[in-house]
Amino acid sequence: MVKKESVIYPYIPNSVPEIKEEMLKEIGVKEAETLYREIPNNLRFKRKLNLPKPILAEWELKRHVMDILGKNKTCEENLNFLGGGCWQHYVPAVCDEIASRSEFLTAYAGEVYPDLGKYQAFFEFQSEIGELVGMDVVSLPTYSWGCAAGNAVRMASRMTARNEVLLPETISPERLAIIRTFCKSAVRKAHIDVRLISYDSKTGLLDLESLENEISCKTAAVYIENPSYLGFIESRSERISKIAHDNGAMSIVGVDPISLGVVAPPADYGADIVVGTAQTLGIHMNCGGGSVGFIASRDEEKYVAEYPSLLISISNTVQEGEYGFGICAYQRTSYASRDKAKDWVGTTTGLWTIVAAVYMALMGPCGFKEIGETIIQKAHYAIKLLSEIGGISLPFSSNSFKEFIVNFDGAGMSVTDVNKALLSHSIYGGKDISREFPELGNSALYCITEIHSRQDIENLVSALREILK
Amino acid sequence: MKSQVKLRKYHAPVWSEPIIMEMGHRGERGILIPIAEDEIKTAVGDAESYVPEEMQRKELPKLPELSQPQVLRHYQHLAQETLGMEENIDISQGTCTMKYSPKVNEILARTPQIADIHPLQDEDTIQGALQIIYQLDLFLREISGMDQFTFQAGGGAHAAYINACVLRAYHDANGELGERNEVITTVFSHPCDAATPNTAGFKVITLMPDANGYPDIEALRAACSKHTAGLMMTNPEDTGIYNPRVEEYVKAVHDVGGLCFYDQANLNGIMGVARAREAGFDACHFNLHKTFSSPHGCMGPACGAYGVRNKLAKFLPTPLVGFDGEKYHLDYDRPDSLGKVCEFFGNVQVLLRTYAWIMSMGADGLLEAAHVSVINNNYLSKLLMAIPGVTKHYAEGKIRLDQVRFSWEKLEKDTGCGTLDVQKRMIDFGVQSYHTSHHPWIVPEPFTPEPCETYSKEDCDYWAAVLRQVSREAYTNPKIVKTAPHNAAIHAINRDILDDPKRWAMTWSAYLKKVDNNR
Repeated sequence: MVKKESVIYPYIPNSVPEIKEEMLKEIGVKEAETLYREIPNNLRFKRKLNLPKPILAEWELKRHVMDILGKNKTCEENLNFLGGGCWQHYVPAVCDEIASRSEFLTAYAGEVYPDLGKYQAFFEFQSEIGELVGMDVVSLPTYSWGCAAGNAVRMASRMTARNEVLLPETISPERLAIIRTFCKSAVRKAHIDVRLISYDSKTGLLDLESLENEISCKTAAVYIENPSYLGFIESRSERISKIAHDNGAMSIVGVDPISLGVVAPPADYGADIVVGTAQTLGIHMNCGGGSVGFIASRDEEKYVAEYPSLLISISNTVQEGEYGFGICAYQRTSYASRDKAKDWVGTTTGLWTIVAAVYMALMGPCGFKEIGETIIQKAHYAIKLLSEIGGISLPFSSNSFKEFIVNFDGAGMSVTDVNKALLSHSIYGGKDISREFPELGNSALYCITEIHSRQDIENLVSALREILK
Repeated sequence: MKSQVKLRKYHAPVWSEPIIMEMGHRGERGILIPIAEDEIKTAVGDAESYVPEEMQRKELPKLPELSQPQVLRHYQHLAQETLGMEENIDISQGTCTMKYSPKVNEILARTPQIADIHPLQDEDTIQGALQIIYQLDLFLREISGMDQFTFQAGGGAHAAYINACVLRAYHDANGELGERNEVITTVFSHPCDAATPNTAGFKVITLMPDANGYPDIEALRAACSKHTAGLMMTNPEDTGIYNPRVEEYVKAVHDVGGLCFYDQANLNGIMGVARAREAGFDACHFNLHKTFSSPHGCMGPACGAYGVRNKLAKFLPTPLVGFDGEKYHLDYDRPDSLGKVCEFFGNVQVLLRTYAWIMSMGADGLLEAAHVSVINNNYLSKLLMAIPGVTKHYAEGKIRLDQVRFSWEKLEKDTGCGTLDVQKRMIDFGVQSYHTSHHPWIVPEPFTPEPCETYSKEDCDYWAAVLRQVSREAYTNPKIVKTAPHNAAIHAINRDILDDPKRWAMTWSAYLKKVDNNR
């Protein structure tokens, strides 16, 4: 029986009643309903789902969604100085092009033979990150920098059989919250204790004396970041790694790889495990949906055994000269070993992995050097001009990479008010950190990248001058 | 009808691409970036002076140096050497629901209004994004019967991990965490249902199937005790069999004070037909990149939308999106929250596509998708069961829903060609390698197709015809199956290398150090 009012759904070829009838006939039942007979009646959902009336025509749907999205005001229309875990860098057109390739967009978990290109791009991502951080093993990424840091701390805890991690107080509160989640256990004795090391109130740098006092034979790892959440470069990183090593602990370093054309690779200053974001490598902010984080280490069996992530290894094939790829030591993963695995893995950020591989290939060594230099120069130009405004101070900014604190205590205005006022100039002011770091007063975290022109910086400065006068 | 299918002549694109690390020439540039203006340089001087000397990079990274067309061409080739869902009849990847991701939603997700907004912008400037998240939460509440969703999980396993953390927080709040340290799962549930509670510190008890393929309820009853923190299971499991006694499982766990999580990564076959709430579950999750049409993206970015009943809502990760009748806002003031499992509040571009897809389908459309996925599956099943060497285990006479775990056990016995051989041969006909089974293989020589509503009757016919051809070859010329693939971009790989520390290489630098070991 053909119902006249049946909707034929463009995404469902077999919504054509005649086809459905034919298939049901092949199956040997009269109606689809019969196929649900294993579900007991009391577990059946009896009414129709209460959802909005569908918008069937594609044009109308597009219009409906665009109307909603029109309420978002983008960082293209406004001048953005927000960073703090999600950063606005230029996304090269080639990155967008590859991100929209339907093969990469719509493939999933296929084996290497049908999905060779995916595997190769993953291996290339690992290789490129390896060059930037100075490590020979790099994982397929997890969800974010914070998740990668949490994984790395757990790796270090297993490797050292110790249950404590030391972190700088200046760490991103968001990453800290994730690390805390990852370090908790249902069993008290399996907790990894998360302890914060104070910082030098003049420079923001980790207080080495506190570190020396706090570190002990319980410490699995010392985790630091370069650049730090508050923007400065931890200048005594090598000393910090050494203190960790002297106490039998591991050194974990979190990085933003966009800095690594000018800032030393963590392997050079003693890092055992490196983690970081790849969002800065050609990936749009996506309101936070561009997050992606990697883990890297030396190429030693004892490290590889502890990775929760998929690791793509290059291999060869029966044909001379042909590259093949596959998942290294698959048995270690939770896909293979369920609860016998040491951690878990799942669908993470494959498309962003490929896009970041493209970005690093486009940039090359010179691109990374230049972008590092331009960011530093632009950031310090902003720092210089802002420091000339009465009422503003910029603590910890002498070693800043792209982010820095702007303190408004002397201006007698809250960050909330400053940012509201900036908004009327079409400017997104820095992230308000006055609740995250009350000891730093009325402060915001500003971010300058290569996308900011001299004029943009000067526009910010003049807007602030006007607001604070 | 079945013999009329003409198999296509197919060969995967072969580009023999070098590794990007060995391409290009010194000095080539792929892109130029906006360098600081002269006025800036004059005002601040060298960048180097701001990097402490001991933290300066001494040697440039050994990245490739290529011009833009060459980078682009390389990755276009790699894309061509990847078999996307859009390029093939991707019935193969069962449990993954390889459904069509409407192109219009992709266009919407790429607009600057989503792609180029920052999560920390003033709420007034991201009202559209917050509205999408809030509305999607309401939709999923209705579809599941749960009371509150979070979208912080970037994938299904991540959502299962949230659940393990909610178990921890809930029992901790009740002062029972020390006592309740066991989580029960089933072997046919996804490995993450065992791995995530283990990572969260729980002891994991895994139920094996009984003679009918259902998780053994007597084993469950025996496992339930004052130590039970919760149950994490799917239904229908990967076998496609709906467990009609699921309520009893839930009750057994509730009776001892545990919580019940329903892994609904793949809801597709029962969308609008049966909900987590009616079955008594306390929490569930949906993979928006499976049932809800967001593309799989070579393994993400994705979303495991995790929903709970009211009593658990306070434990969800922070922030959640609220609405006061006029404005949408982010709620960070949640003192009982388990904290965070990821930065910010989810892959918003994935949420947007899901919102748009649900709006394009409506209640009737969702139900139609469920119905057709079950019709397709039973139709395909009939075709496959007619192929020599194919069997299915358990639940004789029961109707399977959205997928079936088949077995090539007989084929393997008869011909020596097992499921991994068939998997390598099928791609010679232009379809994706099928999903065998999660580990461990309970069903011998398994394979698990899932012909969701995206696939036409002809698609099902073609996919079955491919397996029929491979079966025929196994019986008549097994060598061609054993030596496959023949029409792929590469030949059979050396898998020993992958487990050998002396030869594996996760980076080009490691490869160069070990290249002699691989000869």
